Amino acid sequence: MSDFIEPTFMPSTETVFEKQGEHTMVVNMGPQHPSTHGVLRVICELDGENIVRCRCQIGYLHTGMEKEAEYQQYHKCVVMTDRMDYLNANGTNLAHALAVEKLLGCKVPKRAQYLRVILAELSRIASHCVWFGTHALDLGAMTPYFYIWQQREMILDMFELFSGVRMMPSWIVPGGLRGDMPDEFPAKLRKFLKEFPKELDVCEAMLVENPIWKERTYDIGVLTGEQALALGCSGPIARASGIAWDLRKSHPYSSYEDFDFMVPVGTKGDVYDRFLVRLAEMRESCKILQQAIDGLPEGDYQTSDRKVAPPPRHEIEESMEAVIHHFKLYTEGYRPPVGEAFASVEGPKGELGFYIVSDGTNRPYRWHVRPSCFMNLKALEVLAIGRLIADVVAIIGSIDIVLGEIDR
Amino acid sequence: MSEILEAQKVAAQVPGALIKTKTSFGDHFLCVDRNKLREVVKVLKDDPDLQYSYFSECCGVDYSAWQHERDFPGSRFEVVYNLMSLKNNSRIFVKVGLNDGEKVPSLKSIFLGADYPEKEIWDMFGIVFEGNEQTQRFLMPDDWVGHPLRKEYPLGGEDVLFAQGDYGPAVEDLAVPHAGESFEGKTGTEEISGR
Repeated sequence: MSDFIEPTFMPSTETVFEKQGEHTMVVNMGPQHPSTHGVLRVICELDGENIVRCRCQIGYLHTGMEKEAEYQQYHKCVVMTDRMDYLNANGTNLAHALAVEKLLGCKVPKRAQYLRVILAELSRIASHCVWFGTHALDLGAMTPYFYIWQQREMILDMFELFSGVRMMPSWIVPGGLRGDMPDEFPAKLRKFLKEFPKELDVCEAMLVENPIWKERTYDIGVLTGEQALALGCSGPIARASGIAWDLRKSHPYSSYEDFDFMVPVGTKGDVYDRFLVRLAEMRESCKILQQAIDGLPEGDYQTSDRKVAPPPRHEIEESMEAVIHHFKLYTEGYRPPVGEAFASVEGPKGELGFYIVSDGTNRPYRWHVRPSCFMNLKALEVLAIGRLIADVVAIIGSIDIVLGEIDR
Repeated sequence: MSEILEAQKVAAQVPGALIKTKTSFGDHFLCVDRNKLREVVKVLKDDPDLQYSYFSECCGVDYSAWQHERDFPGSRFEVVYNLMSLKNNSRIFVKVGLNDGEKVPSLKSIFLGADYPEKEIWDMFGIVFEGNEQTQRFLMPDDWVGHPLRKEYPLGGEDVLFAQGDYGPAVEDLAVPHAGESFEGKTGTEEISGR
């Protein structure tokens, strides 16, 4: 790790161009810049055209969700989790639900677990679609963006059918799901699974063997496996660097052990490898979705524990007990036992976890998210050293950041 | 064997560092002396049987409003390090406790990824990391005063822009500290949102 150069300088907020030394100058990129995928400010010190030091300035989207959560009941925290990584709302919901269920000791029925997998994998594909489109757009390829956006629309339509909301369903809650799958959903999903791999082939063909694309991505931003782990990089970035590690395989949650899928691993760890790994991941997600919809078990979509999940509508009309449960759940919520629990899932960008400290009341004492993009972003400061400004754009794209999750 | 392997290795190689071990909801926690944190983490990382080479994260917790049993009685804050060994496929949490004015050694020299979370913890709790001292805010605006995730810091306690402190939903909140307030027994419309 000794060859890392640690940036120590920080120009004032007003600085755009500032001469630093005899040969270097500071170039500011962002926070309003199309290739930073949000409001990220990257400050680069250049020697000629090569970057000597690079530093990321974040916090422009900070909304204090961790503070807010300490004043909310557990089931009201769910809606905040969608708004962190807004491209992977279901995956973040799932991580939060798993952490709260770990505290509560709550078991979720098999059908709910399968439906969770379906939602989370669809989210993964949608998130990778956005990454694919914007990464290509950043490097000058505009066509893939429009092609892949159509596919993302299909997924958002499916979310709308499922939950009524396109981007932030909040459908995965502690205790199960908010509602069962609609009857039209399986047919729509099967149609999507039939068409999507072909569409992905088209998009892939535009870039994979494209000489300009290879020129811009090959051998750029090389991260070794050891570096990736020490930086806390996980997910596709670590896998592209040769770390064969996927939480869905190593710590199966939500019935992932039932599905047969591969974990794509790169060899080199450059931008091109990350690109290939994510493309392969989309295909593997399709495999999981196919198995999940084919093998979807019958049963309930939420736990039968009425202290955690609300009673069904027909019970409320018949039973006083159900009315009381419903009222208590939505006014007081549930009270997990005292203790601390951590649960994480494999999100599209890497390990996504929740660390919750409970003091036995109906509100979390400490509610902390282990953000994947936040930890991955540090890699940019390391990878940019010695590269050109144009490569920074390629590296940001390959890290696949969502500023909503970085700043929280 | 009641003790886990990690605790045995740490106890043998860094004498006096381990304060206690505990298991909470299936996760193992090592509570260690903060002055020996670096040695402990080096053992966990470099020992051939352990190889905790993946630095997942670290986060701070303010226990000043805590009513129950503590891992570090007498310490206000805890910093929780989350490490993972891909070799053994296991996760371990290392905890240190400290009070205001005390410092935790930075892990930046061992895991470069510790840089961002340490900056965030300083920003949110005011916990200083020796070797990674900060002068500028990280997530909060540059001119922000206070560390928002401390329990005494009120929710919504910030001034409303352009109101000159005369009005706004935040002003009455300033007078009512929410820190440590118990929400036990409060149901329905009675202050249920915490504001």
